[in-house]
Amino acid sequence: MSEATPESEAVTESRVESRTQPDLNEYWRRNVRLIAGLFAVWFVVSFLMAILLAEPLSDVYLGNLPIPFWFAQQGSIIVFVVLIFVYARRMNKLDREFGVED
Amino acid sequence: MSSLVTPVVAQLGLGVDQWSLALIVGTLLVYFGVAIYMHVGDTDDFYVAGRSIPAVANGAAVAADWMSAASFISMAGLVAVLGYEGSVYLMGWTGGYVVLALLIAPYLRKYGQYTIPDFIGDRYYSNTARGVAAVATLFVSLTYIAGQMRGVGIVLSRFLGINIALGIVVALALVAFIGVLGGMKAITWTQAIQYFVLIVAYLIVTVAIAYSLTGMPVPQVALVTEGIASRLSQLQAEIGMGRYILPYNDFTLLQVFTITLTLMIGTAGLPHVIMRFYTVPKASDARRSVGWALLFIAILYLSAPALAIFAKYNLINTLNGMPVEQAQSIPWVRRWAETGLLSITDKNGDGIVQMAGGAANEVVLDPDIIVLSTPEVAGLAPFVVGLVAAGGLAAALSTADGLLIAMSSAVSHDLYYKIFRQDASQRERLIVARVVILLAAVVAAVFGIYPPGFVAEVVAIAFGIAAASLFPPILLGIFDKRMNKEGAVSGIVVGLGFTLVMVVLMRAHVVLGLERPFLDTFLGINAQGIGLVGAILNFAVAFSVSRFTPAPPDRIGEMVEDIRLPRGSAHTVTEGGGTAADGGEDVATDGGIDGPVDGPVDGRARRVDREDATTDSTTDDPTTGDPMTDDPTTDDPTTDDPTAVDDARPGDE
Repeated sequence: MSEATPESEAVTESRVESRTQPDLNEYWRRNVRLIAGLFAVWFVVSFLMAILLAEPLSDVYLGNLPIPFWFAQQGSIIVFVVLIFVYARRMNKLDREFGVED
Repeated sequence: MSSLVTPVVAQLGLGVDQWSLALIVGTLLVYFGVAIYMHVGDTDDFYVAGRSIPAVANGAAVAADWMSAASFISMAGLVAVLGYEGSVYLMGWTGGYVVLALLIAPYLRKYGQYTIPDFIGDRYYSNTARGVAAVATLFVSLTYIAGQMRGVGIVLSRFLGINIALGIVVALALVAFIGVLGGMKAITWTQAIQYFVLIVAYLIVTVAIAYSLTGMPVPQVALVTEGIASRLSQLQAEIGMGRYILPYNDFTLLQVFTITLTLMIGTAGLPHVIMRFYTVPKASDARRSVGWALLFIAILYLSAPALAIFAKYNLINTLNGMPVEQAQSIPWVRRWAETGLLSITDKNGDGIVQMAGGAANEVVLDPDIIVLSTPEVAGLAPFVVGLVAAGGLAAALSTADGLLIAMSSAVSHDLYYKIFRQDASQRERLIVARVVILLAAVVAAVFGIYPPGFVAEVVAIAFGIAAASLFPPILLGIFDKRMNKEGAVSGIVVGLGFTLVMVVLMRAHVVLGLERPFLDTFLGINAQGIGLVGAILNFAVAFSVSRFTPAPPDRIGEMVEDIRLPRGSAHTVTEGGGTAADGGEDVATDGGIDGPVDGPVDGRARRVDREDATTDSTTDDPTTGDPMTDDPTTDDPTTDDPTAVDDARPGDE
C-alpha cells in the first residue's frame, strides 16, 4: 500500500471519472448471495439432516451409525469448518475482483 | 498410549497426585511467564493486542477462550447423558461460528474499535444503546464466568485435594494477574498456549480409550466403523436409559431445534469471542481467523461425542452388575465419591450395582466428571490423568481470562470513558481497566465458591441472553442501513427483558431457590432455547419501531457502507493516538475527501483507492479518532453521482 503514491496525472483527474469504478452495490449483492448460499448448506447439514429428518432417516446407516446421528455429532461440524474457509476464499476473490481488498 | 508412558512413569516413580501437581504448577508457571514477558502500556495493546495477532494464533486463542470448562469438562459428560440430544451443544456451539464468520467478524474488524458496546454505541449514535450493550456484556460474562469457576474448583479439589475456595482464589489471582499486567496481548498468547495444553490432554484421553476399546486409534473413525455406538444404544435400552443413538428421548424436536439455534446465534453474540476479531491485522484476516478458530474447536468437538460413547460404554460395562462392595472399593470410585460427584448406593439391597434410567439408578454421577474420570476408569497412566487436570484448568482459566477482559473493557472503556469521563487520559483508563479486572475477579470468585447450578446449563443460559440482547443489534447494524437508535434500543430492552424473565420463571428453583419453577416450558420451549424467542422478539420490535421513527443520520449510512468493504481495515486508527499496526504510514500528500480517483486502469485505480481509504482514516479529524463516523466513504466510488448515495442501494436488507 505504501507504494501507492498518487501520480500527478491521477491528481488532476476529477471525480467524474469514478463512474468506471467497480460497482459496490454489485459487490454487496454478490456477498449477500454467497452468504445465503452457504447458509443454505449450513441449514441442510444441521437443522435438516440432523434434526428435522432425524426420525424418518434413523434407519439409514453410515457404517454403524444412523445418518442423522452422524450428521448431528460429526458431519455437520466438519461441514461448518469447510464452509468458513470456502467463504474466506470466495470473499478474497470477490474483494480482488472489485478492487476492495485490504 | 499408556504403554508408551508407563515406563517413564515407573522410572520417575510418580503417582497421580505428583503428576497432577507437577503438570498443573508447570503450566501455570508458563502462563505466568508469558504475562510478564508481554506486559503492555497502552490502550491499543491492552484492549486489542495492538491488532498484531496472526490469524492462526488468534484462531487458537479464540478456540481456547471459547472452549471453557464447559466444553472440556462438562460437554462430553452431557453428551453421554443426553445421547442424541447432546448434539444441541455440538452443533450449536460450532454452527455459531458459521454465523459469526459470515455475518459479523469481518465487518466488526473493519469497524475496528475496542469493544462490542463501542460498535453498538457508534452505530446507533447513542450512549443509551452503548450502556445497554455494556450491561448486557456484563450479564453474559458474569453468568458465564460462574460456570468456569466451578470447573476450576472441581479440577483443583479433585486433583490437588485442596479446598475448593482456596483453589478458586489462587486460580483467579493468577488469571487477574495475567490480565492486569498483559491485557489482551498477554491473554491472547497465553490462550494460544492453553489451547495446546487442553487439546493435547483431550486427544490423548480420547485416542487411548478408543484404542483400548476398539483397537482403532482414530476416535472419529472408530465411531463409524466399530459397532460400539449401537451396542451402547442397545445396552441402554435394556437397562431403561433410552436409546443413545435415536432422537428425542430427553428433548422434543422443537426443543432440540430451538436450543441449537439459540446456541448458534448466542455464539455469534458473545462479547468475549467477538472482541477477539478486533485483534487481527485486517478484515480478511478476521474471516480466515474464524475458520482457524473453528478448525481448532472442531478437533475437540469431533472427539467429544466419541469420548462420550466410549466412556459411557466403559462405565456401564465396568459397574453394571458388579457387587456393590467391590464397586465401592475401586480407587477412582472412592476418590470421586469423596468429592460428592459420584455415589453408588445399593437402593434395592441386592448387593449388586444396577444402572438404570430414573430413580432406580444406583450409580449417581455428575456429568462433569466424565472427562476427568475417564483416564482412570480406562486405566491410563498417572501422567495422563495429571495432563487432563492441567488441560481442564487451562480450559477454565483461558476462558476466565477472556471474560475478565471483556468485563473490564465494558466497564472501563464503554461505561467509564465513553459515557462518564470522556476526558480521561489513556493512563487513567488503563488504571480503571486494571482495577475492574481485579473487581471482576473478586465477583467471579464469589460465584465460584457459591456456584449456581451445573456448569454447562448455566453457560447455555448465558448464550440465550447474548442471543436475545447483542446479536440482533449487531446483525441489523451491518445488514440493515435503515435501522436506527430507537429500533435497536427497544429491541434490546424487549429481547433481554423477555429472556431474563423467562429464565427466572423456568429456573426459579435454581435462581431463586424455590421448590419448583413457575413455568416448565414456554410453548414447549425450555430455558436453554428461550433465547431464540427473545432474539426473534428483539428483531421484530427493532424492525417495527425503526420503520416508524426517523431514519438514522446520513453519516451512519456512510459508516455502514464503509464497514461492508474490507478496504482500509489494515489502517484502522483507534483513539488516543495508539495507531494500529502500520496505521498512518502513508499519511498522504493529499488531504482526503476529494482524493484522486484514477479511472480506467483498473490496477492503478485500485491502488489509488486504497490510498484514499488510508488517507481518510488517518487524516480526518484525528481528535475524535473514530474512522467510521468520520467520512471515509465520501469518495466511495460506488455511485456515479455523489448525490445518489441513498437510493443507490436497493439490495440492502
